[in-house]
Order: sequence, then C-alpha cells, then structure tokens
Amino acid sequence: MTNFPVEKIRADFPILAEKIRNKPLVYLDNAATCQKPQAVIDSIVHLYSHDYANVHRGVHTLSVRSTDLFEGARTKVKDFINAGHEKEIIFVKGTTEAINLVAQSYGKANIKAGDEILITAMEHHSNIVPWQILCQQTGAVLKVAPINLHGELIYDEFEKLLSDKTRLVSVVHMSNALGTINPVKIIIAAAHAKDIPVMLDGAQAIPHMTVDVQDLDCDFYAFSGHKLYAPSGIGVLYGKQALLEAMPPYQGGGDMIRKVTFAETEYNVLPYKFEAGTPAIADVVSLGAAIDYLNAIGMDKIAAYEAELLDYATEKAMQIKGLRIIGEAEHKGAILSFVLDKIHPHDIGTMLDSLGIAVRAGHHCAMPVMDFFKVPATARASFAMYNTKEEIDVLMNGIKSLIEVFG
Amino acid sequence: MFDDLRDLYQEVIFDHNRNPRNFRVIENADRRVEGFNPLCGDRLTLFLQMDGDRITDASFQGSGCAISTASVSLMTEIVKGKTEQEAEDLFKKFHEMTTGKDEQINLEAVGKLAVLAGVREYPARVKCATLAWHTLDAALKNEQKSISTE
Ligand SMILES: Cc1ncc(COP(=O)(O)O)c(C=O)c1O
Repeated sequence: MTNFPVEKIRADFPILAEKIRNKPLVYLDNAATCQKPQAVIDSIVHLYSHDYANVHRGVHTLSVRSTDLFEGARTKVKDFINAGHEKEIIFVKGTTEAINLVAQSYGKANIKAGDEILITAMEHHSNIVPWQILCQQTGAVLKVAPINLHGELIYDEFEKLLSDKTRLVSVVHMSNALGTINPVKIIIAAAHAKDIPVMLDGAQAIPHMTVDVQDLDCDFYAFSGHKLYAPSGIGVLYGKQALLEAMPPYQGGGDMIRKVTFAETEYNVLPYKFEAGTPAIADVVSLGAAIDYLNAIGMDKIAAYEAELLDYATEKAMQIKGLRIIGEAEHKGAILSFVLDKIHPHDIGTMLDSLGIAVRAGHHCAMPVMDFFKVPATARASFAMYNTKEEIDVLMNGIKSLIEVFG
Repeated sequence: MFDDLRDLYQEVIFDHNRNPRNFRVIENADRRVEGFNPLCGDRLTLFLQMDGDRITDASFQGSGCAISTASVSLMTEIVKGKTEQEAEDLFKKFHEMTTGKDEQINLEAVGKLAVLAGVREYPARVKCATLAWHTLDAALKNEQKSISTE
C-alpha cells in the first residue's frame, strides 16, 4: 500500500477504539454515515464552551464571534468544492433538503405541465421522490435513463432521453447502492448543449474525491455533512449564482428577509434568501473543521488510498464462491455491494455484527436498483479513509465462516 | 466463531431455512394474503385452506431471511388442524415471546416455536420473526390484502 498515514488517521477517530460484542469494531457502513474525528468533536465542544451565540443578529461580542466562525465555514466549503463565491453556498439539513429545495424553488418556477425531468435508474430515493412530488404538482413527467447489468448508466439511452422538453437533469455523482461513479462531466456538457441545467447528488462522491463545481460546470450540487466526517443535520446546496438569484425562496422566516411589512417583504440577498430561521450553527462550524481535517490529508491521497482498498476487497470477494458483487462499474467508488447464494442479506448483517463488523443490509434507499438486479436487498461494505486491508480480511473471513455455518 | 448467535440461529432454524416445510401453492385456497416487510424487502404469500373455522392446510411462497423463512415454515406446520381461535391465541403467545418485556417467558406454551425466542435480544430482527404471524392474523380476519410490518 501507499504510505498513507492510516494508523495516524485511525487514532484521530475515538469511536474506532470501541469494542462491539467484545470484538474490535470494523466499521464498514460509511456510505450510510461515517464516523467523526476528534477535531470535529472538539470543534463542537469548543464552540459551545467559548464562542456560541446566534448568528447575524447581535452586535455583542459572542454573536460576532459566532457569525465569523459560521461564515468562515461557508468560505471553507466554497474553497473545498471550488465554488466561485460564498453566495453560492447554501446551508441546508442535508442532501435530501437540498434536492427538495431545488425541486420546490427552481422546479416550481421553471417547470410546467408536459415538461420533462431526467434522472437515472440508480438514484437514491431522495433524488426520485422530490421530482415525483414536483411532477404531481405541475404535470411534468419524470424520465429515467436505464442502467446496464454492471450498474453503469447506459449513456446512449441517457442522451436519447435529453429532449426538447427536458427542463432539468438530476443525476447521482456516485451511487450509494452500487458504487458507480457517473460520467458527470459528459452528462453536463450534453445537457448544456441543449441549455438544460444539471443537478448532481454528491452525497456519496464528496468524501471520496476532489469535487470542483466550476470544472464540472454543474448548476446545482448537493451533499450531506454527515458523510463527510461532520455531524448529521447539516448539508450544502451549491447553486450557480445566476440561477439562485432568479429562484423564489424555499421557506419564509427570519434571516431570509431584508425588510418586512404586512404589505410586502423584501427578501435578503444570497445565500441568506434560502436560509430561513436559526441555522445549525455548531454543525456548520464543525463541517468547517471536517474540511480542514480532510485538506490536511488531501482528497487526492484519500481517493488513491480508497481505490486500493476497493481493489483489494473486490479481488478477495471474487474468490468467495457463491458471492455475487452487485455493481461492477468500470469507474467505481469504495463501495462493495454483494449478495450470497441462499443467504439473505439480513442474516449476513446479523452474523457479521456478532463479529464486530458493521455493514448495511437492505435496499439502501434505492428500491428500484434492487428491483433491477432482482434481489430484495444486498449487503454492503462501504469504505472510508480509516479502513484497512486487515479489516477487509476480517470481513472476508467472516463471510467465509458464515457461508460455512449456513451450509 | 458465531458463538454469540447460538440463541438466535438454532439448528432448527437452519434446517427450516434449508428445507422450508409447506413451501407450495394451494390452488384455490380459501385465504391468500401477502405479507411484506419494507425494511428488508421480504415478501411472502400465505395460503390457508379452511373447514369452517378450522385450518386444514397452510402453505407459503416467497423468500426472506433465515429467521423469517423458519418462522413461516414452523407456523404453517403448527397451525394446521387448529381453529381460528387457537391460532389467534398462539399468535398472542408468540408475540409476547418475541417482543414481551417479561423475564419469564412461557416457552412451553408455544411448543416448537420456542426456537425463535432468541430474536428478543435482536430488536432489528423481531419483525423477521413476526411477519408470518401478522400475515396469518390478516388471513384469519379475512383481510384479502397485502399487509406490512410497518
Ligand atoms: C446517493 C445519496 N443521495 C442522497 C442521500 C441522502 O442524504 P441525506 O439522508 O443525508 O439527506 C444519500 C444518503 O444515504 C445518498 O447516499
């Protein structure tokens, strides 16, 4: 393996020292949510211990400090994804809220009966249902580009579905159920050639690779803090300034206004127009701490290390008789979804748990993907930068043993 | 290696999982109800043949985890020949055994089903064991529709 400082990184994550059922924890459910480094935990404690007050409201010292830290985190996010301006970074609850925001604000203002919204067959429910709701509200039509048996988007079919009626494309950057990384740059270029904006669901991609929204040229990008080593309850919607400016607010309340009378209300400028109410202040600040932590390691190094982990795991998994990998895309992130002959994923999940190994067993909020592969569920091991080859060995030995037990 | 799991995965459960009993369709069954556990995607179809209020035959189709397969397989065996009331009583006892807070559980009362008592310690798996029984309950109440554990 490369000289990636995995042991040093592991030491930064206190939970990794936990014992589960008297065995060392092997945490392989990172696609669901990942664990937090001490620096992130400390940032929350520090804020509440020294700097906490409401943001954007007071002239008193604490409010100023709190606001500076909060806005400082926005700048960190902006730099992390290379957005052009802080105005383009909107704090939301998570990926789900970001997509709902775009659907209800951009969607309602720009999409009407007969128009089409194009997604793919590998979307998470959160990139399906908000569009279905919008379609019900407007009479628009949801189109779904198909995938092949490797779990890859069939690009030719996707391109054919880009029609004169398509008003928005929303695609997952990296699939949580399959690991597939979509050719998003090509998708965006093709859509833009027809003046169609593109939203990317970056929930899975963000912790695994360098994301540069200007280079991608995406119109919207959504991700969740909790999959990026930060707390749950905080996420980001990136949107191009011109689009955001033209969009109506998503929710009304404090912070998002400039002037209110009973006759009319003048909305605040970006990004505040979309941030009604008191935000998740500590969570935003600690998202900034998570980004600092990741920058110190380097996203490219993380990506290279995780690629090695995935290759190793895939190679070992392929040697296990009766194991079928679900999701064999050429271009793939660190997710190994699999099924075992005659053993249900839930039994796999419980059995591995008894060995201290946390994997996800279920439909991964992607029921249409399960239907496509004709499985009720899969077991999924998803890796993070703190996982090791040794942990993969523990997983593979566990799988082999449980196959024996089921006989 | 899986010593901790011996209470949950007893040999009887592996046996029923490998060779489920009454795994067949009853053509023209008097009752036919589908059970669905959205959490894990398990689906089963339960068939009952009745003579008055007595269950004369029970069978199932579908696929699920070892716990749910063993549970439905055992259930179809045990309810055959029982009246609706007897089956409902058994459901109640089974429910108590799998979800009850009592330290004392009456394993005698449920007979062979006692092998499933281990799910009590695994809250995430209780529904796997009870899906069959909720489906039976719906069938006995003659609800000809899909039921779900949620
Ligand atoms: C691909 C993908 N999109 C969207 C989401 C939703 O993220 P959240 O639940 O944080 O809003 C997830 C999380 O599971 C995901 O994996």
